[in-house]
Amino acid sequence: MMKEQGNILFCGVGGQGILLASEITAYGLLAAGLDVKKSEVHGMAQRGGSVVAHLRFGAKVYSPLISPGEADLAVSFEMMEAVRYLPFFHNNSRVIVNTHKILPPAVATGKMEYPENVLDELTSRNIAVTSLDAFAIAKAIGEFRAANIVMVGVLSTFLPVKEKVFLDVLDQRIPKRFLEVNLKAFKQGRRLAAGSGK
Amino acid sequence: MQKKPAQEILWMSGNEAIALGAFEAGVKVASGYPGTPSTEIMENLSGYEGVYTEWAPNEKVGLEVALGASFVGVRALATMKHVGLNVAADPLFTASYTGIRGGLVVITADDPEMHSSQNEQDNRHYALAAKLPMLEPSDPAEAKEFLKMAYDISEEFDAPVLLRTTTRIAHVKGVVTTGAMMPARVKPGIVKDPAKFVMLPANARKRRVVVEERQKKLAEFVESFPGNRVEWGSKKIGFVTAGISYLYVKEAFPEASVLKLGMAYPFPDRMIRDFASQVKKLYVVEELDPFTESHLQAMGIACQGKELIPAIGELNPSIVKNRISGKAGARLFEPVALPPRPPNMCPGCPHRGLFHSLAKMKTFVAGDIGCYTLGFLPPLSSMDSCICMGAGVSASHGMAKALGEEGVGKVVAVIGDSTFVHSGITGLINIVYNESYSTVIILDNRITAMTGQQPNPASGTNIKGEPAEALNLEALCRAIGVKNVVTVNPHDLNTTRRVLKKEINRNGPSVVISRAPCVLIPSEKKRKKIPCHTVLENCTGCRACITLGCPAMHWHSLSPAEAAARGYKKKQKGHSQITEDLCNGCGQCSMLCKFNAITRGGDA
Repeated sequence: MMKEQGNILFCGVGGQGILLASEITAYGLLAAGLDVKKSEVHGMAQRGGSVVAHLRFGAKVYSPLISPGEADLAVSFEMMEAVRYLPFFHNNSRVIVNTHKILPPAVATGKMEYPENVLDELTSRNIAVTSLDAFAIAKAIGEFRAANIVMVGVLSTFLPVKEKVFLDVLDQRIPKRFLEVNLKAFKQGRRLAAGSGK
Repeated sequence: MQKKPAQEILWMSGNEAIALGAFEAGVKVASGYPGTPSTEIMENLSGYEGVYTEWAPNEKVGLEVALGASFVGVRALATMKHVGLNVAADPLFTASYTGIRGGLVVITADDPEMHSSQNEQDNRHYALAAKLPMLEPSDPAEAKEFLKMAYDISEEFDAPVLLRTTTRIAHVKGVVTTGAMMPARVKPGIVKDPAKFVMLPANARKRRVVVEERQKKLAEFVESFPGNRVEWGSKKIGFVTAGISYLYVKEAFPEASVLKLGMAYPFPDRMIRDFASQVKKLYVVEELDPFTESHLQAMGIACQGKELIPAIGELNPSIVKNRISGKAGARLFEPVALPPRPPNMCPGCPHRGLFHSLAKMKTFVAGDIGCYTLGFLPPLSSMDSCICMGAGVSASHGMAKALGEEGVGKVVAVIGDSTFVHSGITGLINIVYNESYSTVIILDNRITAMTGQQPNPASGTNIKGEPAEALNLEALCRAIGVKNVVTVNPHDLNTTRRVLKKEINRNGPSVVISRAPCVLIPSEKKRKKIPCHTVLENCTGCRACITLGCPAMHWHSLSPAEAAARGYKKKQKGHSQITEDLCNGCGQCSMLCKFNAITRGGDA
């Protein structure tokens, strides 16, 4: 478990449920008695483009933005996006990556190739990577849209917050009819993190 | 309906906090036009009891609505993004002369870094130019408190008050505490006071003097305004800062002394002079223009600001730390070259069909502000200008007049439904009145899409989702005098192309209304999607469907051996493939396929 202050970068592609995931994380940290600030962007930035949200927690948080080189944890909802934010990471960063690929326009139209073994860019710099196909895991549970909560499940194991606190947050924040599948997704994420030996 | 909670600790965005602040301030009438990063203020406020909220056709109308409400003695709010205040500047400057009766606050949400804007103007200049007080909060909690203070200041000094946020206030979430409701000071009702409200020259000259007297009183007030405060630390270095920059300074230099300006204008000169005299080295840290720094320089105070701190884009703690200390920060990982991921129109977006049809016509496309501005990006690449709300319509007329007969068929304007209502109608009137041949395409997707699906006067619903009269765009264009008004379904590519060809080449005014709903409208999102399907054996790799640039469609490259193994001709370089999880089933791609390689749901 990490210390009681930290910076988490959430990144991925517009429409992947990144904002909800960062929200659930924030409420978990708040319930653990920490100050939390989160920064995001709306509007044009959300239309299928690369999306990023900054979350900072601690006893007292001033800046809502993480400076380059200062993200302790990152959660990337798409594989290549984990590498796009490389300048935010440091030698002890941990990056949790959904290996699901979403092709950007230049790749989809055949002008460029999706980079192969793209996560090597992280591991070759000694950045710790936890990778999983959250999309496939969520689909197996029965709801591919719960992939974001699988990711929160993995992330939660690296935070100074008890599992019970997160389960309560999910209970309060997720509409009843989606609750069961999201609880399953969250627990599956935690199990995977435990299995990977972190 | 949200009810007033007892003293409660909440976690809210700046925009949610401003809405709560407006509720606690007893605002009765609020009007605005959606614009990132201001939109969620009005959306949230519409959920509170006892506040009338609305989406106005544009920011000028919104501010005038709020001013009218203030004239009859209720507290009123107008919300807009930074460029929206350009549109509302006309009433703003004269409202400074009339003053108010019920408190009036105008929120300008600036967008340094241009996350979702066409420029990054610094709206603090408006406070100086219109001679109005402007508050500048640093976080959501302060945004709520400052809004309430703004109503006190407005009523105390008989002035509209500006409250400036930026993206990192509006879209930052932080801890906020609920507070007390503010009692009204003014009794609502009609009071005739023509000397104050009728700004013809004889009256305006007298009010002009009142404005200067108010400036003097405000200059005195700001010296003790609690939003301006000194946080003493080490006196070796001192910072004058405001807004989000204050938090970056606190993060980067926790030991330093700080003069935090909660009021961006007017300045507390005595406080500044006193602070400056006590610190050894003085810095001014502010995003965008040297607004505060210029004032200090004019006062003859030695300080450093923009020679160190960038005037372009957003700041962050490390920029502040490295630039002020003159030391490079920790060594960072350099960015790795990756395929770019710009924003894109959604799968099934009706705009895609229209731009695909337009792309083939080699005309100059005078564009406008909205999701459809993304028509600029490849592979559609069919927008040639984009300036501000409504500019495409007027500019296309200017081009037509400059080019004369030679330009027929070579110029077209595209504008969204909401943008047309905001600022395109007058341009269209000009086209008819001054006899032009411009073709105006109204991309009517029934909603203000880019800012998050807010209804507009042509949508048929109001801000609360209740039924409202829907502006009839065809009837409006005809009433203006446009004789050729054609409505097309942009998903029907063949008809759309035929109609566009005819209308663009017409030597006279015409309007094409391209109508199909935005796929993000809740009713459309609920609709069961029947995705299109790629029949791989029929695909010849002609790439016709790829030219749409749909996120649900991708190109799969094949080597000659792979092509042969799949039964394709060896020289076939690949095939198209639909990701059915993403496909909306609009069928545009199937219309482009001449080889029956794409079937629409239900066809097969």
